[in-house]
Amino acid sequence: MAITLDQTIAQRQHSWKTTLFSSQTFWVVIVIILYALFLYLTTNAFGTSSNLYNITRNFTFTAIIALGMTMVIITGGIDLSVGSVLCFCSMVLAVTMHGDVQFGPYNFLAPIGLEGPYNFCAGGCSIYTGVTMALITALLVGAFNGTMIAYLGFPPFVVTLGMLSIARSFGMIASNNQTVFQFGPDHDKLLALGGGAWVFGISNPVIYTLVLAAITGFILRWTKFGRHVFAIGGNEHAATLTGIPVRPIKVAVYMFCSFTAGIAAIVETGWLGAVTTNIGAGMELQVIAAAVIGGANLAGGSGTAFGALVGAALIEIIRNSLGLLGINAFWQGTFIGGAILLAVLFDRVRNFRQSE
Amino acid sequence: MAVLELANISKHFGAIQAVNDVSISLQPGEVVGLMGDNGAGKSTLVKMIAGNFQPSQGTMKIDGKEIVLHRPVEARRHGIEIVHQDLALCNNLTAAANVFLGRELRRGFGPFGILDYASMYRRAGQLFADLKSETRPRDLIKQMSGGQRQAVAIARTMLSQAKIVLMDEPTAAISVRQVAEVLNHIKHLRDQGIAIVLISHRMPDVFSVADRVFVLRRGRKVADKLIASTSPEEVTGLITGAIEQV
Repeated sequence: MAITLDQTIAQRQHSWKTTLFSSQTFWVVIVIILYALFLYLTTNAFGTSSNLYNITRNFTFTAIIALGMTMVIITGGIDLSVGSVLCFCSMVLAVTMHGDVQFGPYNFLAPIGLEGPYNFCAGGCSIYTGVTMALITALLVGAFNGTMIAYLGFPPFVVTLGMLSIARSFGMIASNNQTVFQFGPDHDKLLALGGGAWVFGISNPVIYTLVLAAITGFILRWTKFGRHVFAIGGNEHAATLTGIPVRPIKVAVYMFCSFTAGIAAIVETGWLGAVTTNIGAGMELQVIAAAVIGGANLAGGSGTAFGALVGAALIEIIRNSLGLLGINAFWQGTFIGGAILLAVLFDRVRNFRQSE
Repeated sequence: MAVLELANISKHFGAIQAVNDVSISLQPGEVVGLMGDNGAGKSTLVKMIAGNFQPSQGTMKIDGKEIVLHRPVEARRHGIEIVHQDLALCNNLTAAANVFLGRELRRGFGPFGILDYASMYRRAGQLFADLKSETRPRDLIKQMSGGQRQAVAIARTMLSQAKIVLMDEPTAAISVRQVAEVLNHIKHLRDQGIAIVLISHRMPDVFSVADRVFVLRRGRKVADKLIASTSPEEVTGLITGAIEQV
């Protein structure tokens, strides 16, 4: 019997089963489920509602940024600045809401009559102003990173390494390197935003994370923009030749990544109730680890929003379990590093099999 | 009427004269082989037609109307499609995604439309069927043979109503059976009335599909002959310079 055109078109290389079993994300999910089951059976504390509440909330800060990082990694780039951007945005939020921010005096501006000091947000600005300022800050940093990378041809590693240093320094300048724990008139609103649980006792950050993941997943799967992000990571030269606006898309992707760091900054500030200038230090590595465990390939061209969540979840559950099992916290790095290597090893094994 | 007409085209980069006073005309449904040694000016000439370079002198006409191309996108708008030597395919995407790369179909409203997967699979499937290729729309490029990749790159040129297709070394680095496949694709395009410029080093390929052959040497056109009235030996002589000019 002849094969019709429709049959050819419907023909898939893999059934949904083989697709599932060959997916790195799927196996990480299995590992998480088995490990959670093991922890549930062997410890008393794991299954308690307060521990589950903690785990689900703690994983969100990494997960939110891992969503943006995954998109950057899909284009074949990397963003090392997210931890510092988080710090910078937290500080912008904190000092705006705290109020009475003094800039200056700037002696070097005295000759042109601009030495200050300037008062900014006297008495403390509203949470809306604070959040807006923090997010604008994030977008500006992302736009700077993206422009340097896309239009001036800097390697992403170098640009964002520079920004890692610059953004944290800006955070210190903004706060004069002090801890901020008073957030002005809207103090309680900010704490509720990050620390509350408005829906069914699920902590707020979890809601934000799920919404953001859904949006990211939608963009990657269903929009022209998302398709082009994958194309750039697969073959940037081909993307250019076929008329894809590669450079604006790259800028947008770095802006999105910084934006997620800004969101995480707001949520984490609200949860902690205090900001110091070492907030988010070293976080970029944890975020990249989450993206990679979730199936993003650092060479570009693959990654999913769901994978970013799964990767962040695995890291958090490992961290949580060490405490519950009474293992010295110094082992944490070993376990997380091991998880990264195992996840990528899995991918390598699959590739070996394909190339044979 | 000629679909493409180049009149006294020259291109120099500083002191280097890459293409010198070349005139070419192309009829619809004609396959023309463009041959020449490395550095003869083939790529420069093709890049001018594709909108990558602008000629230093000379004019270019499509369907009798003079055009100036500033960017590759404009060439595409005039019905000029290119199959690049490296094919410009993304390994991580499906065949259908590559066919529609940069020209994705969407449904819904304006800028908020979502990708129309079903239509793209269907249309890509039809194009592959037209090409008599076994390529399947949902397959990933990274798992395809060289011939199948060529089919994807060629299907891309059939998306819009192309008048001219430029093919840069489409038969380099693929197997004998796949070469036959690609030559069939070229014949298929020709039968639809598309003019094809085939840049190739492979004499047998040019002699099996082309109607005419242009030979470039050191930026000048040294021959414009019907395939029926020449031989591989003569063309080889023209390429190397053993035969000065005809």
